[in-house]
Amino acid sequence: MRTSHVKFYQTGTFTVGNRLLSEDDRSVQSTLERTNSLNSGHRACQGCGEALGARYAIDAAMRATDNQLIAANATGCLEVFSTPYPETSWQIPWIHSLFGNTAAVATGVAAALRVKGRNDTRVVAQGGDGGTTDIGFGCLSGMFERNDDVLYICYDNEAYMNTGVQRSSATPPTARTATSPAKGPEPGNVFGQGKNVPMIAMAHEIPYVATASVADVRDLEAKVTRAMSIRGARYIHILVPCPLGWGSEPQHTVRLARLATESGLFPVFEAEHGEITDRRLIRRKVPVEEYLSLQKRFAHLFKPELKMDVIARLQAVADRNIRRFGLMNGGDD
Amino acid sequence: MLKQVEGSRAVAEAVALCRPEVICAYPITPQTHIVENLGEMVKAEHLTGCEFINVESEFAALSVAIGASATGARAYTATASQGLLFMAEAVYNASGLGLPIVMTIGNRAIGAPINIWNDQQDSMSMRDAGWIQLFAETNQEAVDLHIQAVRLAEELSVPVMVCVDGFILTHAYERVDMPTQEQVDAFVPSYEPRQILDPAEPVTIGAMVGPEAFTEVRYLAHYRQMQALWLIPELAEEFEQQFGRASGGLVHPYRSEDAETLVVALGSVNGTIKDVVDQLRDDGVAIGSVSVTSFRPFPAKALRAAIVHAKRIVVIEKSLAVGIGGIVSTDVRMALAGAGRPVHTVVAGLGGRAITQASLREVFVKAHRDLLEYLTFLDLRHDVVHREIERLESQRRSGPVAENILRELGSVADRIG
Amino acid sequence: MRKPYAITLDVGSSLANLTGSWRTQRPVYVDRLPPCNATCAAGEDIQQWLFHAEEGNYETAWRSLVRDNPLAAIMGRVCYHPCEGACNRGQLDESVGINAVERFLGDEANRYGWEFEPVTAESGKRVLVIGSGPAGLSAAYHLRRLGNAVVILEAETSSGGMMRYGIPQYRLPRITIDQDVQRILAMGVELRLDHRVDDIEQTMRDGNFDACFLGVGSQLGKRAYIPAGDARRITDAVTVLHRMAGDEKPMLGRRVVVYGGGNTAVDVARTARRLGAEDSIIVYRRTRDRMPAHRDEVREAIEEGVKLKWLSTIAAADDELITVEKMELDEKGFPQPTGELETMEADALVLALGQDVDLELLSKLPDLNIVHGAVAVDGAQMTSREGVFAGGDMIGGERTVTAAVGHGKKAARAIDAYLRGVAFKQKPKHQMATYDLLNTWYYADAPKTVRPKLDIIRRQSTFDEVIGSLDEATALYEARRCMSCGNCFECDTCYGVCPDNAVIKLGPGKRFEFNYDYCKGCGLCVAECPCGAIRMEREPN
Repeated sequence: MRTSHVKFYQTGTFTVGNRLLSEDDRSVQSTLERTNSLNSGHRACQGCGEALGARYAIDAAMRATDNQLIAANATGCLEVFSTPYPETSWQIPWIHSLFGNTAAVATGVAAALRVKGRNDTRVVAQGGDGGTTDIGFGCLSGMFERNDDVLYICYDNEAYMNTGVQRSSATPPTARTATSPAKGPEPGNVFGQGKNVPMIAMAHEIPYVATASVADVRDLEAKVTRAMSIRGARYIHILVPCPLGWGSEPQHTVRLARLATESGLFPVFEAEHGEITDRRLIRRKVPVEEYLSLQKRFAHLFKPELKMDVIARLQAVADRNIRRFGLMNGGDD
Repeated sequence: MLKQVEGSRAVAEAVALCRPEVICAYPITPQTHIVENLGEMVKAEHLTGCEFINVESEFAALSVAIGASATGARAYTATASQGLLFMAEAVYNASGLGLPIVMTIGNRAIGAPINIWNDQQDSMSMRDAGWIQLFAETNQEAVDLHIQAVRLAEELSVPVMVCVDGFILTHAYERVDMPTQEQVDAFVPSYEPRQILDPAEPVTIGAMVGPEAFTEVRYLAHYRQMQALWLIPELAEEFEQQFGRASGGLVHPYRSEDAETLVVALGSVNGTIKDVVDQLRDDGVAIGSVSVTSFRPFPAKALRAAIVHAKRIVVIEKSLAVGIGGIVSTDVRMALAGAGRPVHTVVAGLGGRAITQASLREVFVKAHRDLLEYLTFLDLRHDVVHREIERLESQRRSGPVAENILRELGSVADRIG
Repeated sequence: MRKPYAITLDVGSSLANLTGSWRTQRPVYVDRLPPCNATCAAGEDIQQWLFHAEEGNYETAWRSLVRDNPLAAIMGRVCYHPCEGACNRGQLDESVGINAVERFLGDEANRYGWEFEPVTAESGKRVLVIGSGPAGLSAAYHLRRLGNAVVILEAETSSGGMMRYGIPQYRLPRITIDQDVQRILAMGVELRLDHRVDDIEQTMRDGNFDACFLGVGSQLGKRAYIPAGDARRITDAVTVLHRMAGDEKPMLGRRVVVYGGGNTAVDVARTARRLGAEDSIIVYRRTRDRMPAHRDEVREAIEEGVKLKWLSTIAAADDELITVEKMELDEKGFPQPTGELETMEADALVLALGQDVDLELLSKLPDLNIVHGAVAVDGAQMTSREGVFAGGDMIGGERTVTAAVGHGKKAARAIDAYLRGVAFKQKPKHQMATYDLLNTWYYADAPKTVRPKLDIIRRQSTFDEVIGSLDEATALYEARRCMSCGNCFECDTCYGVCPDNAVIKLGPGKRFEFNYDYCKGCGLCVAECPCGAIRMEREPN
């Protein structure tokens, strides 16, 4: 994607930083001055992808706005682990109202700023997949439709983790959750359900929609920065692996995000006004098993016997993404 | 300035005079005319410095107001009935966060069965939500209460609902003395938030609070409403000085000083009650009434003071706590606990049923003779409910009660007076 | 702000919550030994000088390089770079072209006349170095750096030893030798040419030397018994290559047969082509893949028209006819004679069967311990004679310029310790940075740069240097392909991927520290570190 113009053969654009890059080209996360919007002392689990994604995104948004940023946060893990009285981890003005109204609260913040002529201060709304694709969906769609000046960021860990891993409309097929147990003839979450909120956001024809993951901080930061250069409703959907909910090792969080994108299961792309403008090409394609087998939520696909037919259906999902978003065309990395 | 104006228009103009900065609107009968008027004022730039946002639901309406208020804007919205229930979660949230939002409730019944007409079940459903609830008796008071509500909300950092009976007030054309902008500006200073989302001084608003502090947070919410018990009359007094008319306050006693029978009610029905009181006084009956303006906080002390001589209390209320009876009367009983005087509950005007002078008079006379039952449903059609109850008892599956009753009656339209 | 109780909080308050207490294991920064460094016989810190070269700081890179090896330009030409064979990048795409970058740095130094840093403190000790080959030069350089007075005595009329008298010019131009040697002399090392030493101890006494380093090489070509009618047609590789340094080039004829499979055999065969031989044939008793000669050298020889005859021994050499016996490999891979004979015409037969040390020089050190024709040394490069150290080809083992440089360095340090009366200790080696410790995702795809090669016709007829140099852009590219195996290169990945901000960035060149107050021990930094410079350890109690 647009980050690839700087090419370093030693480390490419894949590492967080690079001592060989000019200051201007360095990622926010590599800088000494990074704001650590989500500070140490938060109570996220070990290896939490959401904590990582949130800091990546909000630090980048802070840099893009010269720290003139206000955030509204949905109920969920991010809210709970970051703001238990008497401690908050947030360094920015931040409000938590409810589970399902974050986009609307952000609209209100933006409206207040506009009416007060404070156009330099920008607004981010953020929530998990439950707060975004399910309970907060009405408010989200309303905010999109009105083209309110809000960047909404969904940290997608593919289930309701805060309440103990229940299925959401972002849970992938076959994944085991507390409400889609690995039982019966079709264990785990069923095929043919769920919704693709980035595509739905595009259908609103809002100025900017993007997906990203914690496996590529430069790409993520570039998208947040791009989003912050635009007025109106914007949406970024970030895949954030959850060791607890996915049954993965805490040290595999970034690796899983990488495998999700490299397998094609999670397409990384950008769209403006409803049209896809760019996509992140797969660099080293991996079969879906490589991604699935690291997660206990998919363990029933491998044990007691290998369910190749089900894995093939998931591979078909990935292959369709690759076709649909052109994830393997072209050649640059 | 005196003018003949629809209640909704009057409320809209009063709200506009308070210089709101963010107005969120989602239509629901009978609140629609208020937000339509405000929208028009903003669009036509009669009301400037204000964002008018058409949201997708009442839940969003109040949520937008929450965001705006937390960012230091004077935020307003209006709703009714189902709308208030749909935003219920945000109603609690706004008060929990201490955001001084003012919201008009065009009081209306709650379904099922769906009913667009007036009663006060909607406001009552949110009586414990931490909002101050002020009930307007007239459109003049509706105007005045909004002006006081903004001041009250912002001084205490507590949200305020101004409850205006749907149709009876919202759609009624009455003579209203509309204050001038200068008067309102003098009474309502610009909003100085207690807390604000501002990058210059970042704070976290809406922390998760556990058992170690939750009780204290709740107590402090209660404490702020107790503060309102002295601030409300103070503001009313100041209002009277500046605007030249008495309006607002905690309660409006009417011929209550020597009343043996005292009628308590909320909102517009007090007009009818006062007429009946006058008639009965003419007949020599020692009766009076108290209009409760502030239902939350509940003015127990003021009420006690107003009923010093009463031998009995009759509460006329437009809501029903199914399974026990009155809602307002429960609070009245609590306020008068130990006084040893009976409190009668009269449930009246549900779903827009007219509360007639004749019916009230009959009830008051009965009460005065100590013949009134503990709980009365005013103008209940006993024949209809008896038949339905019989059917219920004879058939295992009787079908939805409301439909059966409608079938019995043919229609409800002719029952609305 | 009159903030409401409990629901509104001040920023930064979570720092009071020390989440480090959750940890059961902790990440620790480590340095591991990169395979390139591990295999470098000269003991270079390759990764370190590549690190500087990556930034385009070529002088810093060169200075880092010459801390271990003063002969950068030479090394960039003649080293058989086992480092590249060991390079972890070879498992990802292709190994880093270390040798090419080394040559680039050496050439830059010669181009810009970079000098070694001046000696700051004199030790007052004098050390005699015998032989100005790579071992002697390296020893002299390192001894001088440590403040010792050094005199090199060289029997030949020019410096360089086997580099000048054994390696053909097309691999190592003589100007390069002169430049690299001159820089060492500029440090104050004294070189006396044409000065053959017969009595080492006497020489030491005469010159007031406190210690001596022997680096006289192995210059006697091994002979094998071959029944021959005309012995004049049989010569050895050392002699042929030595004569190449003089004005009178050897006359080998139209058809030359070289017997042997090492690098020297290839050198002679390629030299013969350049001297006009139409046929230059290497006869070797085993197969090509078992040849000790370097693969690249063999490939280049074949490109130049050198022919190879496998599984053959020379049974006899008569007049213009050489008799060859075919061999076959047994189960163990050893060649066994088959009895099948064939003949081939040859004007000359050059034996390239290895070299022996000239023990005559050492005859006046009668109790010197000699094992299998080589001088035995201990772990500090000291011979059985107190104060006499040795290195290079004469001590056996790997006989390459690179190994000789390594011996010289090690001996110099040992001599310095000996002269100071302290024990010689080598730094303990770090654990190896193996490929499996890397997270190679982070390295961009970048194939190796190919160094330019001289046109094939000119290679067959002239002694111009075959392999060209990298230009700056490609040298930089190549340097940047280094993966920095096992050692932090400040890519900020650990700093970035920590969900708890528990990595403290100390600033350029200072690397990172863990903040164990907040580190929860998730291990993301370890898993994502591209170069394997973080290790997980059990949390101490």
